[in-house]
Amino acid sequence: MSMPNVVPQQRFERENYLNQEYGIWSWLLTTDHKRIALLYLVSITFFFFIGGFFALLIRLELLTPAGDLVQADTYNKLFTMHGMVMIFFFLIPSIPAVLGNFLVPMMIGAKDLAFPRINLLSWYLYIIGGTIMLHCMMTGGVDTGWTFYVPFSSNYTNTKFVEAGIAIFIAGFSSILTGLNFVVTIHRMRAPGMTWSRLPLFIWAHYATSIIQLLGTPVIAITIVLVACERALHLGIFDPRLGGDPLLFQHLFWFYSHPAVYIMILPSMGVVTEIIPCFSRKRIFGYSFVALSSIAIAVFGFLVWAHHMFVAGMSVYAGLVFSFLSYAVAVPSAIKVFNWTATLYKGSIRYDAPMLYAFGFLGLFTIGGLTGLFLAALGINVHVTDTYFVVAHFHYIMVGGAVMGYLGGIHFWWPKISGKLYPEGWARLAALIVFLGFNLTFFPQFILGYMGMPRRYWDYSHMPEFQVLNVLSTAGATILGVGYLLPMVYLLWSMRYGKPASDNPWNAAGLEWKTASPPPTLNFEEQPVVTWEAYNYAELDAPPRMQEVPVG
Amino acid sequence: MLNNFPLWPEQASTMAHRVDALYIFLLIVAGLMALLVCTLIIYFAARYRRRPGIRAEQIEGSNALEITWSVIPFLVFMVIFAWGAVVYFKERTPPADATEVYVVAKQWMWKVEHAEGQREINELHVPVGRDVKLIMTSQDVIHSFFIPAFRIKQDVLPGRYTVEWFHATKPGTYHLFCAEYCGTQHSGMVGSIVVLEPAQYEAWINGGPNGPLSATGEKIFAELGCSTCHRSDVQGRGPNLEGVFGKPVQLEDGRTVTADENYLRECILDPGSKRVKGFQPIMPTFQGLVNEEQVNALVAYIKSISTLKSAPSSRTTARAASASDANEQAATHTNRSQVQQ
Repeated sequence: MSMPNVVPQQRFERENYLNQEYGIWSWLLTTDHKRIALLYLVSITFFFFIGGFFALLIRLELLTPAGDLVQADTYNKLFTMHGMVMIFFFLIPSIPAVLGNFLVPMMIGAKDLAFPRINLLSWYLYIIGGTIMLHCMMTGGVDTGWTFYVPFSSNYTNTKFVEAGIAIFIAGFSSILTGLNFVVTIHRMRAPGMTWSRLPLFIWAHYATSIIQLLGTPVIAITIVLVACERALHLGIFDPRLGGDPLLFQHLFWFYSHPAVYIMILPSMGVVTEIIPCFSRKRIFGYSFVALSSIAIAVFGFLVWAHHMFVAGMSVYAGLVFSFLSYAVAVPSAIKVFNWTATLYKGSIRYDAPMLYAFGFLGLFTIGGLTGLFLAALGINVHVTDTYFVVAHFHYIMVGGAVMGYLGGIHFWWPKISGKLYPEGWARLAALIVFLGFNLTFFPQFILGYMGMPRRYWDYSHMPEFQVLNVLSTAGATILGVGYLLPMVYLLWSMRYGKPASDNPWNAAGLEWKTASPPPTLNFEEQPVVTWEAYNYAELDAPPRMQEVPVG
Repeated sequence: MLNNFPLWPEQASTMAHRVDALYIFLLIVAGLMALLVCTLIIYFAARYRRRPGIRAEQIEGSNALEITWSVIPFLVFMVIFAWGAVVYFKERTPPADATEVYVVAKQWMWKVEHAEGQREINELHVPVGRDVKLIMTSQDVIHSFFIPAFRIKQDVLPGRYTVEWFHATKPGTYHLFCAEYCGTQHSGMVGSIVVLEPAQYEAWINGGPNGPLSATGEKIFAELGCSTCHRSDVQGRGPNLEGVFGKPVQLEDGRTVTADENYLRECILDPGSKRVKGFQPIMPTFQGLVNEEQVNALVAYIKSISTLKSAPSSRTTARAASASDANEQAATHTNRSQVQQ
């Protein structure tokens, strides 16, 4: 397949956000949302590979039942830091801080975010948090699990829990400020004619995400402060010996950490909602249902936290309520899947790499969502909670869903971001490898979980019957690792050697495609005025303008 | 390696059948939904692949379809929800006449005390075909008592009792796991559930040197001087505890609570918090003076004087208690030496 619309070289000489200024300070002191997006891209990629390295060591340890590769304490630190790094320093900032930062102003026709300096501040907060986290990891690490349940974290662990807490606390403010910036920008800075019903659904998804970031993240900050107070000052908040209640901690923790799952998955849904119409050449099926389902997920997402606590010692009736609400939040997710599927109907579908990632997202998210139905069923939850079933389920959502969407988005907008085309063949190969490797890694874990293998086990020599499935999982992880390394290599390669991209190589709808690739610093040469609906592929492909690139 | 490769956990309790039935139902429902979505995607992707000269047909949406694919999944979800809730209520409601076993968790072992006085570590012997109720607490962090073959799991918390129950259906030895991450040797906090035929179980439970747990409790009750205030003959300075267990208690602050295991435990460790109406706040706290096993024994004793069928035995148990302490120290020692390896 040929890449469409390769443009002559001299167009690239035009001034854009990448070549306007050079030098380290032009990056570190920039307030351009696009440059900040690239700062985030580099930093979260760094943390992704650190977290991935920990995952690889975890999988290698579990290759054999005996705890023979690392010590028990080391293993406990590995899964703790894998979780903390991946969640707080990769997944939560991934799509919002990179693609969101880059695209939210462009998609609504604005010059920048509402608060460009706060945007830079949020990157610095992220870097400060990340540096503290790195310091914590290099000087001993922490072994509480990313959930840092009390009283283990407050009174029993000897590892650097407070330092990790401070890192997450600071990174949390980065997330709050990004959310704040997006909410204000989306409300106040839309181009003339860009009504709420004309917004790309990527924007709706980010709007919903930002609300969660704004309302949820302060709660984790409060929780960390409370645990630190208990640990340092012996205030009785969670410790029963001091009159506290350990279940209170779990309620507070999950009040943020369940909605945090939606911070990770909603933006990914937004990306997929851009990719599918473009490569089907169709408007999205049921625009308002997809838009409102994002808001419904954000709202209901705040009401299901205690489904993590069905065996924690909570009342039976609380369990009943939270199980019911968990099924309620499943409905808007189902609506989205059906609408994406229906969008394909009678389309004109091409299988470029972003679309392959979107297909991968659909399959993996569907499996992740359906296994959520198992976990929300109270009777089954008792058996499978805290086993590998849960591990498999949330990786299907957060890696199968969120990361597939992230990679799809990176490929889709790469021509816009870098001004270069990535090598399509390699990209398709990588998408295929990621999909296969992912399933081989995590599908066996569903079976392991129902068999009863608990999570966070360093040594399973008492149950050698679990080894075959663990070996399959480790084999899958190595394949998955290759799949993740490939895009890093060829995307970097394309920055230097890739063919220059045209303004709109996919012939996609959306304001971001109506400006240059890469865009000028202020995004648009002149203020865009919107007179069309989102996903107007009928007009884009209309016969008079028909310049359809031959396929084959 | 390959000749030991099961794909389904053993079913060894009544609950296992209930959970598996729901699980199979869900596998079918989820399987059909996944099949539907994947078939549609693959079919559409192939049928509507891009071909020269054929343009996409724009479709705005369909409210009828949206309502269909919201309402039908919701109704299916409600069936799953209701079924799951029914199973959960069974799981969380121990039968009234279940055999009671006390479990104390600590980093990183399970200590088990039977009402008959037998004590075990990282093992639990139970009879087949009888309801068994575990009354559990933790000495340190949160643990979770998980028996996959029975499909049950319950977190074990410091500072309170949590309860789980089962009805084993098949003799054999099954895994016991700690399912809540609890520190260095979390994965070493494993053990066995040994399900015995009733006759074997009787022999086992009566074979030990220990007297009943309630008798241990009676002895501690006397040693700590509880009986000076909590008298059964005349009204003492504290409430008479005979017949109290399981009954509603009127509190000084006007509330009424049921005198269950957690209430008794709280009264021993934090007497001021839920004081009985008509009594002065004179009882000292026993926090730190009694360990978890002694609290369990006291609770077992107070329960025993509340039920008509089991009169407290007067067999002395000092020997038993000291024997099992030595037992625990030995086990702790083994555990530590494993860690050092």
